[in-house]
Amino acid sequence: MTKVNTKLDRRSFLKVSALAGGGMMLSFSWLAGCKPTVEEELGLPKEWFELNSYIKIGENGAVTLYSPNPEFGSNVKTSMPMILAEELDTDWKNVWVEQADFYPERFDRQFTGGSQGIRMGWTPLRTAGATARAMLVAAAAQSWNVPANEITTSAGMLEHKGSGKKANYGEMASLAATLEVPEEVELKDINDFKIIGQSKKNVDGQKIVTGKPLFGIDHKVEGMKYAAIVHPPAFGMRLKSFDKSSVMGMSGIQDVFSINVFKDDYVQNFFDTTTFPEIIAIVGNSTWEVMQAKKNLVAEWEKAPETKIAMAGFGGNSMEVTVPAGLENSSSHKSRMAEFLKKPGTVVRKDGDPEGMFKKAAKVIERTYSAPFLAHNTMEPMNCFADVKGDRAVIYGPTQAPEFIMGTISSSLGIPRENIQINLARMGGGFGRRAYSHHMVEAALISQKIQAPVKMVYSREDDMSAGVYRPTYSATYRAALDENNNLLALHVKAGGIPESPLHANRFPAGALDNYLAESWDIPSNITIGAFRAPRSNFIAGAEQSFLDELAEEMGKDPIDFRLELLKRAETDPVGSNNDYDPKRYAGVLQLVKEKSNWSQAQSNIHRGVSAYFCHNSYVAEVVDTVIKDNKPVVESVYAAVDCGIVVNPDAAANMGEGAIVDGIGNAFFGELAFNNGAPTKTNFDTYRMIRQKESPKKIEVHFVESTENPTGLGEPLFPPVFAALANSLYKATGKRYYEQPFAPQLEMENLRM
Amino acid sequence: MAQFNLNVNGKTQQVDVDPSTPLLWVLRDHLDLVGTKFGCGIAQCGACTIHLNGTAVRSCQLPVSAAEGAQITTIEGLSENGDHPVQQAWMEHDVPQCGYCQAGQIMTAAALLQQNPNPSDEEIENAMNGNICRCGTYLRIKAAVKTASQKL
Repeated sequence: MTKVNTKLDRRSFLKVSALAGGGMMLSFSWLAGCKPTVEEELGLPKEWFELNSYIKIGENGAVTLYSPNPEFGSNVKTSMPMILAEELDTDWKNVWVEQADFYPERFDRQFTGGSQGIRMGWTPLRTAGATARAMLVAAAAQSWNVPANEITTSAGMLEHKGSGKKANYGEMASLAATLEVPEEVELKDINDFKIIGQSKKNVDGQKIVTGKPLFGIDHKVEGMKYAAIVHPPAFGMRLKSFDKSSVMGMSGIQDVFSINVFKDDYVQNFFDTTTFPEIIAIVGNSTWEVMQAKKNLVAEWEKAPETKIAMAGFGGNSMEVTVPAGLENSSSHKSRMAEFLKKPGTVVRKDGDPEGMFKKAAKVIERTYSAPFLAHNTMEPMNCFADVKGDRAVIYGPTQAPEFIMGTISSSLGIPRENIQINLARMGGGFGRRAYSHHMVEAALISQKIQAPVKMVYSREDDMSAGVYRPTYSATYRAALDENNNLLALHVKAGGIPESPLHANRFPAGALDNYLAESWDIPSNITIGAFRAPRSNFIAGAEQSFLDELAEEMGKDPIDFRLELLKRAETDPVGSNNDYDPKRYAGVLQLVKEKSNWSQAQSNIHRGVSAYFCHNSYVAEVVDTVIKDNKPVVESVYAAVDCGIVVNPDAAANMGEGAIVDGIGNAFFGELAFNNGAPTKTNFDTYRMIRQKESPKKIEVHFVESTENPTGLGEPLFPPVFAALANSLYKATGKRYYEQPFAPQLEMENLRM
Repeated sequence: MAQFNLNVNGKTQQVDVDPSTPLLWVLRDHLDLVGTKFGCGIAQCGACTIHLNGTAVRSCQLPVSAAEGAQITTIEGLSENGDHPVQQAWMEHDVPQCGYCQAGQIMTAAALLQQNPNPSDEEIENAMNGNICRCGTYLRIKAAVKTASQKL
């Protein structure tokens, strides 16, 4: 058992009654009309007693757990309450889960991103559960006049064996809610877990399969107006003027106006991505009517000059960020990136004497990898509901990061943040895109202007052309080999537009005596943002493809080669700043080797392997392709994952399967190109997404049994699959694939076959 | 604007909208049936799939004027108690991640099984290929369609 001090996280134990506006938070989700549908044996209680921010218990023993983080499909709305329920020691079937609204006074880190929800929530949620349990035990001890340490709990029941007294949690809840929060509580031994580690179904599953309103785009209130937006047609352009009369006579159209997303004096934060700071809003009576008006709107656009924006930096200082002028093209992106093959980058890590080793090498292998911009393409387009009247605002919509946008909303509306309530909708996908929530600011400004509730919805074309993309990247790997094919040195030079993908201190750094890592970047006005496993989602593919080619050159099995390097990193690491644990890294390679029967080659199955560490987790993957009708088809994928304790195993496997499908899809098809600043694809007729037929026929996700605290899961299975696929395609076709997307190259070859 | 009598989920409902309005927006904005989702607006993603006289169609490309007189079924009307075999199979396999595309996936699957109660893997893949799932739950979707076919 571990003892934890509850003072570390005091705000989580505040009672709602102690906070202004507390009732608002509790009422919103009930008003949204979603009755809890968890197996409901107990019925609604007459009264709820709040034990802390996360937990309230009814007099009949029913338990409501608040899931603090926004839900975008990673299933935190089920797994975070599971952690609370475990330490509360309640029966899962009596639990109702409610999405908490944005309430930083009550909850820590209401942010979904970086695969950190469970990792960062682990101790606070366990502590909240254990604290509530301790208060129920204290209440029983007081009522029964027995020592608290003689009381046991199980599945929502309290028992004192000595006196034979028993009660359910509901009977003690009203007294427990009045007691002092204990200063120290004991957490369960992980061997005693009854809920964590047992698969629980998605708490919103029934609502999803029956089409209940769950998403921001589904929200509607009496008197609500609908809004569409029109943004410039290209990066590097801005609004010059528009002709209001071109749409004002149209059916159902109420108003057309432009809005400025940021106030002039506003100092932006890192998540205030300035794609189009001024846009046009069309307000009307229905979505279809405003979308029709959008097509008719006559607007003039002009080239935007270079602009400077103030950005909040570390330590309260603000810095100036330059947004370049110009209309960019993918062809010029490629040639500018290629120039870095000849130019030095910024050295970010150097071990030993790599330059010397390259001079005396008997053989040098050099390969360059690249990948294009990608659009996130969440299935639910950007949208938001806002109701701004006077100096108050209620905003309900899809956001991964309410804290990052609250300051912007407050500044743009000129309303203090305590008068703004952000409520968290279930998101129809996120993938990093909704960490940038300017759709919320836009909806809020539209509502403020018309002083009425409004729902703003982007068209798919708006969504795909609004920026915040995964950047385009390139990486050149070089290896120096001696005459006996021993690896003397490795050199990586990687960069992108507008950021570098390099993680210089990750494997194989630490495993090589002579290692050089260089970085570069090229500024752009095309905006980027986090995209599932930022940077890793490219560099893993480049690095792990290169290691595969290197192993082949050295005559080694690709898994054995990696294990040799990891052994070196474990027993005699080079440098002290290596941000991975070589033993856990090797562990997933060994597990995938076993689970995929790697040693038993089959002539008709072409296998590729890859392994990567990111978001504190280790993943190794094997992709099997077969040739059907002259085309390579992904048959099976085996994944081995070390993410510590797995809270909800089946949902975790689902997440892993999805990340693998996502990776295969983007490796084959993902591409966003630009012509004179405009994206060349704006909908799914041209932007190719992976579909049912292209999905692998089988995916196995295996978790390393672990007692380590949980680490990231939503992202880590994504980066390694790019190289596992490329390495498998090499075996299938005899060709290496250096440029994503792969499908156009495969189709060319297929035509020649 | 014009009046249309629509038979949605077994009930006749009257709406007064522009005849070009796609059924998707009539359902969502005028009839408060928001289970049918907007994804692309050009019949490429399948999120807006409904049944028109039992056949799966993309409601984003179906003008309301063409839907009059037909039996329209949405996810809300697929079963009375949310227990259509396809819905049950979706729960059993815990298919959804974000959940946004799943109503469309379920409607496509239900129409497939109505016409072909025992589809092969290839027939399932062909029928479901028009529905994008950005979260990549395709394997569970396929497994759930198979499970549902065994229960029909």
